[in-house]
Amino acid sequence: MAVKIRIPTPLRSVTNGADMVEVQAGTVDEALKNLCAQFSGMEKRLYKQPGELNRFVNIYVNDEDIRFLNNLQTPIKDGDDISVVPAIAGG
Amino acid sequence: MSYVLGLKCRECGEKYPQKGVHVCEVCFGPLEVQYDYAAMRGKVTRESIESKPRNLWRYRDLLPINGEPKAGLSSGWTPLRRAHNLEKVLGVKELYIKDDSANYPTWSYKERVVSVAITKAIELGYDTVGCASTGNLANSVAAHAAVAGLKAFVMIPHDLEQGKVLGSLIFGPTMVRIEGNYDDVNRLCSEIADKYKWAIVNVNLRPFYTEGAKTFGFEVAEQLGWRLPKHTVCPTAGGTILPKIYKAYQEFIDLGLVADNAPKIYSAQAAGCNPVVEAIRAGHDLIKPQKPKTIAKSIAIGNPADGFYVVQAVKQSGGWGEDATDAEIVDAIKLLARTEGTWTEPAGGTTLAATIKLINSGRIPRDESICVCITGNGLKTVEVVVDQLEPPTSIPPKLDAFDALMATYQAQQAKTPAKVPAGV
Ligand SMILES: Cc1ncc(COP(=O)(O)O)c(C=O)c1O
Ligand SMILES: [Zn+2]
Repeated sequence: MAVKIRIPTPLRSVTNGADMVEVQAGTVDEALKNLCAQFSGMEKRLYKQPGELNRFVNIYVNDEDIRFLNNLQTPIKDGDDISVVPAIAGG
Repeated sequence: MSYVLGLKCRECGEKYPQKGVHVCEVCFGPLEVQYDYAAMRGKVTRESIESKPRNLWRYRDLLPINGEPKAGLSSGWTPLRRAHNLEKVLGVKELYIKDDSANYPTWSYKERVVSVAITKAIELGYDTVGCASTGNLANSVAAHAAVAGLKAFVMIPHDLEQGKVLGSLIFGPTMVRIEGNYDDVNRLCSEIADKYKWAIVNVNLRPFYTEGAKTFGFEVAEQLGWRLPKHTVCPTAGGTILPKIYKAYQEFIDLGLVADNAPKIYSAQAAGCNPVVEAIRAGHDLIKPQKPKTIAKSIAIGNPADGFYVVQAVKQSGGWGEDATDAEIVDAIKLLARTEGTWTEPAGGTTLAATIKLINSGRIPRDESICVCITGNGLKTVEVVVDQLEPPTSIPPKLDAFDALMATYQAQQAKTPAKVPAGV
């Protein structure tokens, strides 16, 4: 499946400035792994260890937090949209 | 004179200069202001603080600004009152209300964080400020931006109380209602901050913004006569204020301004949005996000960014967490009004209701000092009590009509037993 991953500012130094990266994947985990394979330095920013994201990394699939779906195992359909979003203080 | 050294990631330790960045570029962890505490010794004293004007800037040596304060010169220094009537009702020995429902100019604890953030926005050269808000923050940003002559964009969830909406609009910001809950607003704002070059106070100014919340704790300590309450109960939404009150206490202890009485801090949430309290109860620091469903809209944040630090502060202090149902929240709002003359919003009702439950369950002993953090004002949320209060009787302007009314009133009084305040 072809999916778009939206890249937030703090990660664009790793993607050579790209704010959108397209990858092939069947699950969120695969999509992120493919992203990490394309850009060196990405993996340690996203993952604490394989299968576990850093505490302050939030991932959304089509506007839904993956923790309400199937976490990293959330399946991906063609045309889905993944966002990487840092956690934000309240208000 | 500023004691600020720079910013440092709380997770991985990476250091950054003072600028508009909110997360660590290495690990996404939040950034924290670093101070030169050694240089403060002997210079930041009770006397140096007492010599400054009675507003939140009297603690400026412990706040992250480089020049003069540019906002909030009449904010902070809200009342800390001994609550004798509540003490009797709850059967406790020493209870205080720290009352930010009286925080000027928009009546919530948010003046503290916004005063620092707006000052910082000006220092960093921004001409536009913004926020993602559950209501109170937007009110405060709109008011302080108006005074400072900055453009303001405030983003809120679509379903807020009218008082919270008008309480921003009156100051003339651009307000955008987002069709979603606060967590949707938050996410959008992080993308807006990326794209537009604005100072979004709780996004890219967050490290500076959050420091302002310490002034709540500083004031409690100073107003108590340079002493800390043993137990502090505080509401939690995104998780800014609780860890910062605890940090304020620790800074005063470290600077030798107050004795270390091993203060404990407790998190209060609405039962319909209690991800932090659930984590405290379960004994882990992983916060499971929720979809909020509660009348306490100002604290309805289902995915609290700093929830982890709330759990840490609570654990480290030996405190606990407690939640309150919507009915308990309304009862507590009424109880506080009818005993202490303070009308708070649901966030305050939540905090008092949680305090009562913590006392009744024995978590907070009845014979030790307790501070209840009231962080917002009830006049902004009339919706939550409008159906809960007896409407006034209407009569013609005639004395006999009034006499007739008094007769029924007295007959009623004779029948009903002495009133016990609700919520106990
Ligand atoms: C009245 C009131 N109290 C408490 C809070 C708690 O906020 P936080 O945990 O995000 O500091 C908020 C946040 O919006 C609020 O509006
Ligand atoms: Zn880091």
